Amino acid sequence: MKVIARRPESLTEAKFHYCPGCTHGIIHRLIGECLDELNLRENAIGICPVGCAVLAYEYFNCDMLEAAHGRAPAIATAIKRLQPNNTVFTYQGDGDLASIGMGEIVHASLRGEKITVVFVNNAIYGMTGGQMAPTTLLGQVTTTSPYGRNKDFEGYPAKMAELLSQNEGSAYICRTAVNNPANVIKTKKAIKKALQIQQQGLGFTMVEILSTCPTNWGLSPLDALDWVEEKMIPYYPLGEFKVKED
Amino acid sequence: MPKVLMKGNEALAEGAIIAGCRGFFGYPITPSSEIAEYMARKLPKLNGVFVQAESELAAINMVYGGASTGQRVMTASSGPGISLKQEGISFIAEAELPCLIVNISRGGPGLGGIQPAQSDYFQATRGGGHGDYRTMVLAPSSVQEMMDFAVTGFELADKYRSPVMIMAEGTLGQMMEPIIMREPVTKLPEKPWAVTGCRGRKPNIINTLHLSAEYLEERNHHLQNKYTSMALNEKRAESFQTEDAELVVVAFGLMARIVKKAVMEARQQGVKVGMIRPITLWPFPDEAIRQAVNSAKRFLAVEISMGQMIEDIRLAVAGRAPVEFYGRIGITPNPEEIYQEIMRIAQREGY
Ligand SMILES: Cc1ncc(C[n+]2csc(CCOP(=O)(O)OP(=O)(O)O)c2C)c(N)n1
Ligand code: SF4
Ligand SMILES: [Mg+2]
Repeated sequence: MKVIARRPESLTEAKFHYCPGCTHGIIHRLIGECLDELNLRENAIGICPVGCAVLAYEYFNCDMLEAAHGRAPAIATAIKRLQPNNTVFTYQGDGDLASIGMGEIVHASLRGEKITVVFVNNAIYGMTGGQMAPTTLLGQVTTTSPYGRNKDFEGYPAKMAELLSQNEGSAYICRTAVNNPANVIKTKKAIKKALQIQQQGLGFTMVEILSTCPTNWGLSPLDALDWVEEKMIPYYPLGEFKVKED
Repeated sequence: MPKVLMKGNEALAEGAIIAGCRGFFGYPITPSSEIAEYMARKLPKLNGVFVQAESELAAINMVYGGASTGQRVMTASSGPGISLKQEGISFIAEAELPCLIVNISRGGPGLGGIQPAQSDYFQATRGGGHGDYRTMVLAPSSVQEMMDFAVTGFELADKYRSPVMIMAEGTLGQMMEPIIMREPVTKLPEKPWAVTGCRGRKPNIINTLHLSAEYLEERNHHLQNKYTSMALNEKRAESFQTEDAELVVVAFGLMARIVKKAVMEARQQGVKVGMIRPITLWPFPDEAIRQAVNSAKRFLAVEISMGQMIEDIRLAVAGRAPVEFYGRIGITPNPEEIYQEIMRIAQREGY
Protein backbone atom coordinates (compact mmCIF):
# COMPACT_ATOMS: atom_id res chain seq x y z
CA MET A 1 0.00 0.00 0.00
CA LYS A 2 1.27 3.43 -0.89
CA VAL A 3 0.49 6.51 1.17
CA ILE A 4 -0.52 9.32 -1.14
CA ALA A 5 -1.72 11.87 1.41
CA ARG A 6 -0.99 12.26 5.10
CA ARG A 7 -1.01 14.85 7.80
CA PRO A 8 2.06 17.05 7.46
CA GLU A 9 4.54 16.49 10.27
CA SER A 10 4.37 20.22 10.93
CA LEU A 11 0.78 19.85 12.13
CA THR A 12 -0.06 18.16 15.43
CA GLU A 13 -2.76 15.55 15.77
CA ALA A 14 -5.12 17.94 17.54
CA LYS A 15 -8.53 18.30 15.90
CA PHE A 16 -9.18 21.75 14.43
CA HIS A 17 -11.99 23.63 16.17
CA TYR A 18 -12.97 25.58 13.05
CA CYS A 19 -16.59 25.65 11.84
CA PRO A 20 -17.64 23.34 9.00
CA GLY A 21 -16.59 24.84 5.68
CA CYS A 22 -14.22 27.37 7.22
CA THR A 23 -11.04 27.66 5.16
CA HIS A 24 -8.74 28.48 8.11
CA GLY A 25 -8.08 24.74 8.21
CA ILE A 26 -6.96 24.58 4.58
CA ILE A 27 -4.53 27.41 5.21
CA HIS A 28 -3.10 25.65 8.28
CA ARG A 29 -2.52 22.55 6.21
CA LEU A 30 -0.78 24.52 3.46
CA ILE A 31 1.59 26.12 5.97
CA GLY A 32 2.26 22.69 7.45
CA GLU A 33 3.05 21.24 4.03
CA CYS A 34 5.38 24.12 3.19
CA LEU A 35 7.27 23.79 6.49
CA ASP A 36 7.63 20.05 5.85
CA GLU A 37 8.77 20.44 2.27
CA LEU A 38 11.32 23.12 3.14
CA ASN A 39 12.42 21.07 6.14
CA LEU A 40 11.75 23.97 8.47
CA ARG A 41 9.63 22.44 11.22
CA GLU A 42 12.41 22.21 13.77
CA ASN A 43 13.62 25.67 12.91
CA ALA A 44 10.31 27.49 12.74
CA ILE A 45 8.73 29.74 15.35
CA GLY A 46 5.10 30.68 14.76
CA ILE A 47 3.02 33.39 16.35
CA CYS A 48 -0.73 33.13 16.42
CA PRO A 49 -3.19 35.98 16.63
CA VAL A 50 -6.25 36.76 18.65
CA GLY A 51 -9.05 35.70 16.35
CA CYS A 52 -10.46 32.35 15.33
CA ALA A 53 -6.89 31.09 14.90
CA VAL A 54 -6.02 31.90 18.51
CA LEU A 55 -5.53 28.20 19.24
CA ALA A 56 -3.20 27.62 16.29
CA TYR A 57 -0.38 26.93 18.77
CA GLU A 58 -2.13 23.63 19.39
CA TYR A 59 -2.12 22.80 15.69
CA PHE A 60 1.38 23.66 14.48
CA ASN A 61 3.96 21.13 15.53
CA CYS A 62 6.76 23.65 16.05
CA ASP A 63 7.68 26.26 18.66
CA MET A 64 4.72 28.61 18.98
CA LEU A 65 3.63 31.77 20.75
CA GLU A 66 0.25 33.32 21.25
CA ALA A 67 0.24 37.10 20.87
CA ALA A 68 -1.93 39.91 22.17
CA HIS A 69 -4.48 41.10 19.59
CA GLY A 70 -2.59 42.64 16.65
CA ARG A 71 0.90 42.50 18.16
CA ALA A 72 2.28 39.40 16.45
CA PRO A 73 4.56 41.35 14.07
CA ALA A 74 6.24 43.13 17.02
CA ILE A 75 6.83 39.79 18.75
CA ALA A 76 8.11 38.28 15.51
CA THR A 77 10.46 41.23 15.05
CA ALA A 78 12.28 40.64 18.31
CA ILE A 79 12.48 36.88 17.87
CA LYS A 80 13.89 37.16 14.36
CA ARG A 81 16.39 39.86 15.34
CA LEU A 82 17.66 37.89 18.32
CA GLN A 83 17.63 34.54 16.48
CA PRO A 84 18.19 35.36 12.80
CA ASN A 85 18.62 31.70 11.93
CA ASN A 86 15.08 30.79 12.85
CA THR A 87 12.21 30.96 10.38
CA VAL A 88 9.57 33.17 11.96
CA PHE A 89 5.98 33.41 10.82
CA THR A 90 2.83 35.10 12.07
CA TYR A 91 -0.72 33.99 11.33
CA GLN A 92 -3.20 36.87 11.56
CA GLY A 93 -6.82 37.71 10.78
CA ASP A 94 -8.03 40.96 9.27
CA GLY A 95 -9.15 42.52 12.53
CA ASP A 96 -5.86 41.50 14.11
CA LEU A 97 -3.64 42.71 11.28
CA ALA A 98 -5.50 45.55 9.57
CA SER A 99 -7.32 47.17 12.50
CA ILE A 100 -5.83 46.88 15.99
CA GLY A 101 -2.46 45.76 14.63
CA MET A 102 -2.21 48.21 11.72
CA GLY A 103 0.73 50.00 13.34
CA GLU A 104 2.70 46.84 14.02
CA ILE A 105 2.24 45.38 10.53
CA VAL A 106 3.07 48.57 8.64
CA HIS A 107 6.22 49.17 10.66
CA ALA A 108 7.38 45.56 10.47
CA SER A 109 7.08 45.96 6.70
CA LEU A 110 8.79 49.38 6.68
CA ARG A 111 11.68 47.99 8.71
CA GLY A 112 11.93 45.09 6.31
CA GLU A 113 11.68 42.51 9.09
CA LYS A 114 12.65 39.14 7.69
CA ILE A 115 9.48 37.38 8.72
CA THR A 116 6.56 35.75 6.91
CA VAL A 117 3.04 36.94 7.59
CA VAL A 118 0.10 34.74 6.68
CA PHE A 119 -2.83 37.13 6.57
CA VAL A 120 -6.28 35.55 6.56
CA ASN A 121 -8.77 38.01 5.09
CA ASN A 122 -12.32 36.81 5.68
CA ALA A 123 -13.89 40.28 5.62
CA ILE A 124 -15.28 39.82 9.12
CA TYR A 125 -14.50 39.39 12.81
CA GLY A 126 -15.09 35.68 13.02
CA MET A 127 -14.20 34.97 16.60
CA THR A 128 -16.27 37.67 18.23
CA GLY A 129 -19.39 36.83 16.28
CA GLY A 130 -19.48 38.62 12.96
CA GLN A 131 -18.70 42.28 13.53
CA MET A 132 -17.40 44.59 10.80
CA ALA A 133 -13.74 44.19 9.91
CA PRO A 134 -11.51 46.77 8.21
CA THR A 135 -11.79 44.47 5.18
CA THR A 136 -15.59 44.18 5.24
CA LEU A 137 -16.87 45.01 1.76
CA LEU A 138 -19.07 48.01 0.97
CA GLY A 139 -22.69 47.01 1.41
CA GLN A 140 -21.75 43.92 3.46
CA VAL A 141 -24.05 43.36 6.41
CA THR A 142 -22.38 42.53 9.72
CA THR A 143 -23.60 42.83 13.30
CA THR A 144 -21.99 46.27 13.63
CA SER A 145 -22.85 47.40 10.09
CA PRO A 146 -26.42 46.11 10.17
CA TYR A 147 -27.51 48.33 7.27
CA GLY A 148 -24.55 47.33 5.15
CA ARG A 149 -21.11 48.94 5.22
CA ASN A 150 -21.58 52.52 4.05
CA LYS A 151 -18.56 54.44 2.78
CA ASP A 152 -19.91 57.66 4.30
CA PHE A 153 -19.91 56.25 7.80
CA GLU A 154 -17.65 53.20 7.86
CA GLY A 155 -15.20 54.20 5.16
CA TYR A 156 -13.56 51.86 2.70
CA PRO A 157 -12.21 48.32 3.03
CA ALA A 158 -8.44 48.10 3.57
CA LYS A 159 -6.34 46.69 0.75
CA MET A 160 -3.40 45.46 2.78
CA ALA A 161 -1.42 43.75 0.02
CA GLU A 162 -1.51 46.91 -2.09
CA LEU A 163 -0.67 49.08 0.91
CA LEU A 164 2.30 47.04 2.13
CA SER A 165 3.67 46.52 -1.37
CA GLN A 166 4.47 50.25 -1.38
CA ASN A 167 7.04 49.82 1.39
CA GLU A 168 10.68 49.41 0.43
CA GLY A 169 11.08 46.91 3.26
CA SER A 170 8.60 44.51 1.69
CA ALA A 171 10.30 41.77 -0.29
CA TYR A 172 7.32 39.63 -1.19
CA ILE A 173 3.65 40.59 -1.12
CA CYS A 174 1.03 38.36 -2.70
CA ARG A 175 -2.74 37.92 -2.51
CA THR A 176 -4.31 34.53 -3.09
CA ALA A 177 -7.56 32.77 -2.27
CA VAL A 178 -8.50 29.25 -1.16
CA ASN A 179 -11.91 29.08 -2.81
CA ASN A 180 -11.08 26.39 -5.41
CA PRO A 181 -8.36 23.76 -5.95
CA ALA A 182 -6.39 25.89 -8.43
CA ASN A 183 -6.28 28.78 -5.99
CA VAL A 184 -5.34 26.47 -3.13
CA ILE A 185 -2.33 25.29 -5.11
CA LYS A 186 -1.37 28.90 -5.90
CA THR A 187 -1.69 29.78 -2.23
CA LYS A 188 0.67 27.00 -1.26
CA LYS A 189 3.19 28.18 -3.82
CA ALA A 190 2.95 31.71 -2.48
CA ILE A 191 3.49 30.64 1.14
CA LYS A 192 6.49 28.58 0.09
CA LYS A 193 7.93 31.45 -1.89
CA ALA A 194 7.45 33.82 1.04
CA LEU A 195 9.26 31.43 3.38
CA GLN A 196 12.09 31.02 0.89
CA ILE A 197 12.46 34.78 0.47
CA GLN A 198 12.57 35.05 4.26
CA GLN A 199 15.36 32.49 4.29
CA GLN A 200 17.25 34.51 1.70
CA GLY A 201 16.97 37.47 4.06
CA LEU A 202 15.50 39.83 1.47
CA GLY A 203 12.93 41.47 3.73
CA PHE A 204 9.35 41.40 4.87
CA THR A 205 7.03 38.84 3.27
CA MET A 206 3.26 38.51 3.39
CA VAL A 207 0.66 36.32 1.76
CA GLU A 208 -2.86 37.71 2.06
CA ILE A 209 -5.34 34.88 1.66
CA LEU A 210 -9.03 35.41 0.91
CA SER A 211 -10.79 32.98 3.23
CA THR A 212 -14.36 32.06 4.10
CA CYS A 213 -16.43 32.51 7.22
CA PRO A 214 -19.64 30.64 6.38
CA THR A 215 -20.87 30.98 9.96
CA ASN A 216 -20.81 34.75 10.17
CA TRP A 217 -21.49 35.40 6.52
CA GLY A 218 -24.68 33.38 6.98
CA LEU A 219 -23.90 31.21 3.95
CA SER A 220 -23.50 27.51 3.34
CA PRO A 221 -19.87 26.39 2.90
CA LEU A 222 -20.36 26.12 -0.88
CA ASP A 223 -22.11 29.48 -1.21
CA ALA A 224 -19.31 31.00 0.83
CA LEU A 225 -16.79 29.79 -1.75
CA ASP A 226 -18.87 31.46 -4.46
CA TRP A 227 -19.04 34.65 -2.41
CA VAL A 228 -15.23 34.80 -2.39
CA GLU A 229 -15.23 34.51 -6.18
CA GLU A 230 -18.10 36.91 -6.85
CA LYS A 231 -17.67 39.57 -4.17
CA MET A 232 -14.19 39.44 -2.71
CA ILE A 233 -11.91 38.79 -5.67
CA PRO A 234 -13.29 41.72 -7.74
CA TYR A 235 -12.37 44.11 -4.89
CA TYR A 236 -9.28 42.23 -3.74
CA PRO A 237 -7.51 41.20 -6.95
CA LEU A 238 -5.26 38.17 -6.71
CA GLY A 239 -1.61 38.14 -7.69
CA GLU A 240 1.88 39.13 -6.68
CA PHE A 241 2.21 42.80 -5.76
CA LYS A 242 5.88 42.83 -4.90
CA VAL A 243 8.69 40.42 -5.59
CA LYS A 244 12.15 41.56 -4.62
CA GLU A 245 14.88 39.63 -6.42
CA ASP A 246 18.28 39.27 -4.79
CA MET B 1 36.79 48.18 39.82
CA PRO B 2 37.30 51.73 38.59
CA LYS B 3 35.19 54.67 39.65
CA VAL B 4 33.51 56.53 36.83
CA LEU B 5 31.25 59.55 36.57
CA MET B 6 27.97 58.56 34.99
CA LYS B 7 24.48 59.83 34.37
CA GLY B 8 21.76 57.76 36.06
CA ASN B 9 20.11 56.62 32.85
CA GLU B 10 23.44 55.59 31.36
CA ALA B 11 24.46 53.76 34.52
CA LEU B 12 21.23 51.81 34.37
CA ALA B 13 21.78 50.97 30.70
CA GLU B 14 25.37 49.92 31.37
CA GLY B 15 24.17 47.86 34.33
CA ALA B 16 21.78 46.04 32.02
CA ILE B 17 24.59 45.32 29.57
CA ILE B 18 26.74 44.08 32.46
CA ALA B 19 23.84 41.77 33.37
CA GLY B 20 23.96 40.31 29.87
CA CYS B 21 21.04 42.20 28.34
CA ARG B 22 21.38 42.01 24.57
CA GLY B 23 17.99 43.26 23.47
CA PHE B 24 16.51 46.71 23.96
CA PHE B 25 13.16 47.76 22.53
CA GLY B 26 11.87 51.24 23.23
CA TYR B 27 10.21 54.42 22.14
CA PRO B 28 11.68 57.81 23.07
CA ILE B 29 10.19 59.75 25.98
CA THR B 30 11.69 62.28 28.38
CA PRO B 31 13.20 61.74 30.92
CA SER B 32 14.08 58.15 29.94
CA SER B 33 15.49 58.54 26.43
CA GLU B 34 19.18 58.38 27.37
CA ILE B 35 18.70 54.70 28.19
CA ALA B 36 17.55 54.01 24.61
CA GLU B 37 20.27 56.24 23.19
CA TYR B 38 22.97 54.47 25.20
CA MET B 39 21.68 51.08 24.07
CA ALA B 40 21.51 52.26 20.45
CA ARG B 41 25.21 53.10 20.65
CA LYS B 42 26.37 50.04 22.58
CA LEU B 43 24.25 47.01 21.70
CA PRO B 44 25.11 46.72 17.98
CA LYS B 45 28.79 46.54 18.97
CA LEU B 46 28.06 43.67 21.31
CA ASN B 47 26.09 41.64 18.77
CA GLY B 48 22.97 42.77 20.56
CA VAL B 49 19.70 44.06 19.19
CA PHE B 50 18.39 47.59 19.49
CA VAL B 51 15.05 48.45 17.91
CA GLN B 52 13.36 51.82 18.12
CA ALA B 53 9.78 50.61 18.04
CA GLU B 54 6.89 52.50 16.48
CA SER B 55 5.15 52.78 19.85
CA GLU B 56 5.38 51.55 23.41
CA LEU B 57 2.77 48.94 22.52
CA ALA B 58 5.10 47.52 19.93
CA ALA B 59 8.12 47.92 22.21
CA ILE B 60 6.65 45.88 25.06
CA ASN B 61 5.53 43.20 22.61
CA MET B 62 9.05 43.07 21.24
CA VAL B 63 10.12 42.48 24.84
CA TYR B 64 7.54 39.66 24.96
CA GLY B 65 9.09 38.13 21.86
CA GLY B 66 12.66 38.79 22.92
CA ALA B 67 12.18 37.33 26.40
CA SER B 68 10.53 34.29 24.81
CA THR B 69 13.86 33.44 23.18
CA GLY B 70 15.36 33.17 26.66
CA GLN B 71 17.65 36.14 26.26
CA ARG B 72 17.84 39.04 28.69
CA VAL B 73 15.88 41.93 27.18
CA MET B 74 14.40 45.17 28.42
CA THR B 75 12.51 48.36 27.70
CA ALA B 76 12.47 51.80 29.31
CA SER B 77 9.95 54.59 29.25
CA SER B 78 8.07 57.09 31.39
CA GLY B 79 4.43 57.74 32.50
CA PRO B 80 2.43 57.89 29.25
CA GLY B 81 4.59 55.20 27.67
CA ILE B 82 4.39 52.93 30.69
CA SER B 83 0.59 53.21 30.52
CA LEU B 84 0.70 51.96 26.92
CA LYS B 85 2.89 49.05 27.96
CA GLN B 86 0.40 47.73 30.49
CA GLU B 87 -1.36 45.40 28.05
CA GLY B 88 1.97 43.77 27.27
CA ILE B 89 3.10 43.60 30.89
CA SER B 90 -0.05 41.67 31.78
CA PHE B 91 0.71 39.17 28.98
CA ILE B 92 4.36 38.95 30.04
CA ALA B 93 3.37 38.27 33.65
CA GLU B 94 1.05 35.44 32.68
CA ALA B 95 3.43 33.99 30.08
CA GLU B 96 6.08 34.11 32.85
CA LEU B 97 8.69 35.83 30.76
CA PRO B 98 11.62 37.35 32.63
CA CYS B 99 12.48 40.88 31.54
CA LEU B 100 13.28 44.32 32.85
CA ILE B 101 10.91 47.28 32.48
CA VAL B 102 12.16 50.70 33.52
CA ASN B 103 9.99 53.68 34.45
CA ILE B 104 12.00 56.89 34.71
CA SER B 105 9.03 58.57 36.19
CA ARG B 106 7.48 61.97 35.63
CA GLY B 107 4.30 63.67 36.77
CA GLY B 108 0.84 62.90 35.41
CA PRO B 109 -2.03 62.39 34.89
CA GLY B 110 -2.37 62.76 31.15
CA LEU B 111 0.64 64.13 29.43
CA GLY B 112 1.50 65.78 32.75
CA GLY B 113 4.97 67.20 32.71
CA ILE B 114 8.56 66.08 32.41
CA GLN B 115 9.51 66.95 35.96
CA PRO B 116 10.25 64.10 38.37
CA ALA B 117 7.41 62.44 40.22
CA GLN B 118 6.50 59.24 42.03
CA SER B 119 2.86 59.25 41.06
CA ASP B 120 3.03 55.99 39.10
CA TYR B 121 3.37 54.10 42.40
CA PHE B 122 -0.13 52.64 42.26
CA GLN B 123 0.30 51.62 38.64
CA ALA B 124 3.64 49.96 39.38
CA THR B 125 2.73 48.16 42.59
CA ARG B 126 -0.81 47.03 41.81
CA GLY B 127 -0.02 45.19 38.62
CA GLY B 128 -1.01 48.02 36.31
CA GLY B 129 -2.74 46.07 33.57
CA HIS B 130 -5.65 43.65 33.58
CA GLY B 131 -5.80 40.51 35.66
CA ASP B 132 -4.34 39.31 38.96
CA TYR B 133 -0.64 39.86 38.68
CA ARG B 134 2.18 41.82 40.24
CA THR B 135 5.52 43.03 39.06
CA MET B 136 8.38 43.30 41.46
CA VAL B 137 9.37 46.97 41.69
CA LEU B 138 12.84 48.19 42.68
CA ALA B 139 13.37 51.83 43.59
CA PRO B 140 16.99 52.98 43.39
CA SER B 141 18.11 56.12 45.22
CA SER B 142 21.52 56.75 43.66
CA VAL B 143 23.27 56.45 40.32
CA GLN B 144 25.19 53.50 41.79
CA GLU B 145 21.91 51.76 42.52
CA MET B 146 20.66 52.52 39.01
CA MET B 147 23.48 50.27 37.83
CA ASP B 148 23.25 47.72 40.63
CA PHE B 149 19.49 47.31 40.44
CA ALA B 150 19.62 46.69 36.70
CA VAL B 151 21.72 43.61 37.50
CA THR B 152 19.53 42.63 40.48
CA GLY B 153 16.44 43.22 38.37
CA PHE B 154 17.50 40.72 35.73
CA GLU B 155 18.52 38.20 38.40
CA LEU B 156 15.14 38.45 40.12
CA ALA B 157 13.33 38.31 36.79
CA ASP B 158 15.05 35.03 35.93
CA LYS B 159 14.71 33.64 39.45
CA TYR B 160 10.93 34.06 39.39
CA ARG B 161 10.30 34.01 35.61
CA SER B 162 8.57 37.32 36.05
CA PRO B 163 8.81 40.87 34.73
CA VAL B 164 10.69 43.20 37.10
CA MET B 165 10.28 46.95 37.10
CA ILE B 166 12.73 49.63 38.13
CA MET B 167 11.02 52.87 39.03
CA ALA B 168 13.18 55.96 39.50
CA GLU B 169 12.36 59.63 39.49
CA GLY B 170 13.42 61.52 36.37
CA THR B 171 16.04 63.34 38.45
CA LEU B 172 17.86 60.08 39.11
CA GLY B 173 17.97 59.36 35.42
CA GLN B 174 19.35 62.79 34.63
CA MET B 175 21.88 63.39 37.42
CA MET B 176 25.55 62.41 37.44
CA GLU B 177 27.45 60.74 40.27
CA PRO B 178 30.67 58.79 40.55
CA ILE B 179 29.99 55.07 40.70
CA ILE B 180 31.97 51.87 41.00
CA MET B 181 31.74 49.75 37.85
CA ARG B 182 30.83 46.09 38.12
CA GLU B 183 32.17 42.92 36.61
CA PRO B 184 30.11 41.61 33.69
CA VAL B 185 27.82 38.72 34.51
CA THR B 186 29.07 35.71 32.60
CA LYS B 187 26.84 32.88 33.78
CA LEU B 188 23.27 33.12 32.63
CA PRO B 189 20.61 30.60 33.65
CA GLU B 190 19.38 27.89 31.30
CA LYS B 191 15.89 28.44 29.90
CA PRO B 192 14.61 25.16 28.52
CA TRP B 193 11.15 26.70 28.00
CA ALA B 194 12.39 29.24 25.44
CA VAL B 195 11.26 29.24 21.82
CA THR B 196 14.40 28.57 19.81
CA GLY B 197 13.15 26.05 17.25
CA CYS B 198 12.22 22.56 18.42
CA ARG B 199 15.19 20.61 17.06
CA GLY B 200 15.73 17.54 19.23
CA ARG B 201 12.86 18.28 21.61
CA LYS B 202 9.10 18.76 21.81
CA PRO B 203 7.75 22.14 20.69
CA ASN B 204 7.65 24.88 23.32
CA ILE B 205 4.56 27.05 23.58
CA ILE B 206 4.38 30.55 25.08
CA ASN B 207 0.75 31.27 25.75
CA THR B 208 -1.63 33.16 28.00
CA LEU B 209 -5.00 31.83 26.80
CA HIS B 210 -6.74 29.42 29.16
CA LEU B 211 -10.28 28.74 28.07
CA SER B 212 -11.07 26.25 30.82
CA ALA B 213 -12.14 28.13 33.94
CA GLU B 214 -10.58 25.46 36.15
CA TYR B 215 -7.23 25.71 34.45
CA LEU B 216 -7.34 29.51 34.46
CA GLU B 217 -7.88 29.39 38.20
CA GLU B 218 -5.01 26.95 38.56
CA ARG B 219 -2.76 29.33 36.62
CA ASN B 220 -3.81 32.17 38.88
CA HIS B 221 -2.99 30.11 41.95
CA HIS B 222 0.37 29.33 40.44
CA LEU B 223 1.08 33.03 39.94
CA GLN B 224 -0.14 33.89 43.42
CA ASN B 225 2.15 31.25 44.94
CA LYS B 226 5.02 32.88 43.14
CA TYR B 227 4.02 36.31 44.45
CA THR B 228 3.74 34.88 47.94
CA SER B 229 7.26 33.55 47.73
CA MET B 230 8.50 36.93 46.42
CA ALA B 231 6.79 38.58 49.39
CA LEU B 232 8.46 36.09 51.70
CA ASN B 233 11.96 36.39 50.31
CA GLU B 234 12.47 39.65 48.50
CA LYS B 235 11.25 42.54 50.64
CA ARG B 236 14.00 45.10 50.94
CA ALA B 237 14.24 48.30 52.94
CA GLU B 238 16.82 50.59 54.46
CA SER B 239 16.16 51.71 58.03
CA PHE B 240 17.95 54.81 59.27
CA GLN B 241 17.98 55.75 62.98
CA THR B 242 14.65 54.10 63.61
CA GLU B 243 15.61 52.25 66.84
CA ASP B 244 14.54 55.03 69.18
CA ALA B 245 12.59 57.15 66.69
CA GLU B 246 9.29 58.62 67.84
CA LEU B 247 8.63 59.93 64.35
CA VAL B 248 9.48 57.73 61.35
CA VAL B 249 9.55 59.29 57.91
CA VAL B 250 8.97 56.89 55.01
CA ALA B 251 10.22 57.80 51.54
CA PHE B 252 11.66 55.98 48.54
CA GLY B 253 13.96 56.70 45.63
CA LEU B 254 15.99 59.87 45.42
CA MET B 255 13.36 61.42 47.66
CA ALA B 256 14.63 59.22 50.49
CA ARG B 257 18.12 60.69 50.25
CA ILE B 258 16.68 64.14 50.63
CA VAL B 259 14.61 63.01 53.58
CA LYS B 260 17.70 61.50 55.19
CA LYS B 261 19.38 64.88 55.16
CA ALA B 262 16.40 66.49 56.85
CA VAL B 263 16.29 63.67 59.42
CA MET B 264 19.97 64.21 60.28
CA GLU B 265 19.37 67.92 60.78
CA ALA B 266 16.35 67.33 62.96
CA ARG B 267 18.36 64.82 65.02
CA GLN B 268 20.89 67.58 65.66
CA GLN B 269 18.03 69.55 67.15
CA GLY B 270 17.34 66.60 69.44
CA VAL B 271 14.24 65.31 67.66
CA LYS B 272 13.96 61.53 67.80
CA VAL B 273 13.25 60.99 64.14
CA GLY B 274 14.26 58.20 61.77
CA MET B 275 13.64 57.09 58.23
CA ILE B 276 12.60 53.94 56.39
CA ARG B 277 13.31 53.67 52.70
CA PRO B 278 11.40 50.92 50.89
CA ILE B 279 13.77 49.54 48.25
CA THR B 280 11.25 47.09 46.90
CA LEU B 281 8.00 48.96 46.39
CA TRP B 282 6.37 45.63 45.66
CA PRO B 283 6.69 43.47 47.66
CA PHE B 284 6.30 46.35 50.11
CA PRO B 285 8.65 45.97 53.12
CA ASP B 286 5.86 46.06 55.66
CA GLU B 287 7.89 44.22 58.33
CA ALA B 288 10.36 47.09 58.54
CA ILE B 289 7.42 49.42 59.17
CA ARG B 290 5.83 47.04 61.68
CA GLN B 291 9.09 46.81 63.61
CA ALA B 292 9.28 50.58 63.81
CA VAL B 293 5.77 50.79 65.24
CA ASN B 294 7.18 49.48 68.52
CA SER B 295 8.90 52.79 69.25
CA ALA B 296 7.32 55.15 66.71
CA LYS B 297 4.34 57.18 67.81
CA ARG B 298 3.73 58.57 64.37
CA PHE B 299 4.72 58.12 60.73
CA LEU B 300 5.17 60.65 57.98
CA ALA B 301 5.01 59.63 54.34
CA VAL B 302 6.92 61.91 51.99
CA GLU B 303 6.20 61.34 48.32
CA ILE B 304 6.37 63.22 45.07
CA SER B 305 2.70 62.48 44.52
CA MET B 306 -0.62 63.24 46.11
CA GLY B 307 -0.20 60.26 48.42
CA GLN B 308 0.06 56.71 47.11
CA MET B 309 2.64 54.76 49.11
CA ILE B 310 0.94 56.09 52.24
CA GLU B 311 -1.76 53.47 51.68
CA ASP B 312 0.81 50.67 52.02
CA ILE B 313 2.27 52.31 55.11
CA ARG B 314 -1.18 52.49 56.65
CA LEU B 315 -1.79 48.82 55.83
CA ALA B 316 1.49 47.91 57.54
CA VAL B 317 0.88 50.13 60.56
CA ALA B 318 -2.62 48.64 60.85
CA GLY B 319 -4.03 51.49 62.86
CA ARG B 320 -1.41 51.33 65.62
CA ALA B 321 -0.09 54.82 64.88
CA PRO B 322 -1.20 57.82 62.85
CA VAL B 323 0.35 58.31 59.41
CA GLU B 324 0.70 61.85 58.10
CA PHE B 325 1.53 62.95 54.59
CA TYR B 326 3.71 65.50 52.92
CA GLY B 327 3.87 65.53 49.15
CA ARG B 328 4.27 67.63 46.06
CA ILE B 329 3.95 66.77 42.39
CA GLY B 330 6.47 67.55 39.69
CA ILE B 331 8.47 69.43 42.30
CA THR B 332 10.84 67.47 44.53
CA PRO B 333 10.55 68.76 48.11
CA ASN B 334 13.88 70.12 49.30
CA PRO B 335 15.60 69.13 52.57
CA GLU B 336 14.66 72.42 54.22
CA GLU B 337 10.98 71.90 53.46
CA ILE B 338 11.02 68.41 54.96
CA TYR B 339 13.05 69.55 57.95
CA GLN B 340 10.40 72.21 58.62
CA GLU B 341 7.67 69.59 58.35
CA ILE B 342 9.47 67.29 60.79
CA MET B 343 10.00 70.15 63.24
CA ARG B 344 6.37 71.23 62.91
CA ILE B 345 5.16 67.76 63.82
CA ALA B 346 7.76 67.37 66.58
CA GLN B 347 6.75 70.67 68.19
CA ARG B 348 3.04 70.00 67.83
CA GLU B 349 3.38 66.51 69.37
CA GLY B 350 6.07 67.45 71.86
CA TYR B 351 8.68 64.86 70.61
C1 LIG C 1 -7.31 44.15 22.88
C2 LIG C 1 -8.42 43.31 22.43
N1 LIG C 1 -9.50 43.88 21.88
C3 LIG C 1 -10.53 43.09 21.46
C4 LIG C 1 -10.48 41.75 21.58
C5 LIG C 1 -11.65 40.90 21.11
N2 LIG C 1 -11.41 40.22 19.87
C6 LIG C 1 -11.01 38.94 19.83
S1 LIG C 1 -10.84 38.35 18.29
C7 LIG C 1 -11.32 39.80 17.60
C8 LIG C 1 -11.46 39.97 16.14
C9 LIG C 1 -10.87 38.89 15.36
O1 LIG C 1 -11.14 39.07 14.02
P1 LIG C 1 -10.05 38.70 12.94
O2 LIG C 1 -8.75 39.23 13.34
O3 LIG C 1 -10.58 39.14 11.64
O4 LIG C 1 -9.94 37.11 13.03
P2 LIG C 1 -11.00 36.00 12.60
O5 LIG C 1 -11.66 35.56 13.85
O6 LIG C 1 -11.95 36.60 11.61
O7 LIG C 1 -10.16 34.92 11.99
C10 LIG C 1 -11.61 40.73 18.61
C11 LIG C 1 -12.08 42.09 18.32
C12 LIG C 1 -9.32 41.20 22.19
N3 LIG C 1 -9.17 39.89 22.38
N4 LIG C 1 -8.31 42.00 22.59
S1 SF4 D 1 -16.40 31.87 12.91
FE1 SF4 D 1 -15.89 32.03 10.74
S2 SF4 D 1 -13.66 32.27 10.66
FE2 SF4 D 1 -14.20 31.52 12.68
S3 SF4 D 1 -14.01 29.29 12.56
FE3 SF4 D 1 -16.16 29.78 12.16
S4 SF4 D 1 -16.27 30.00 9.96
FE4 SF4 D 1 -14.11 30.10 10.49
MG1 LIG E 1 -11.46 38.05 10.13
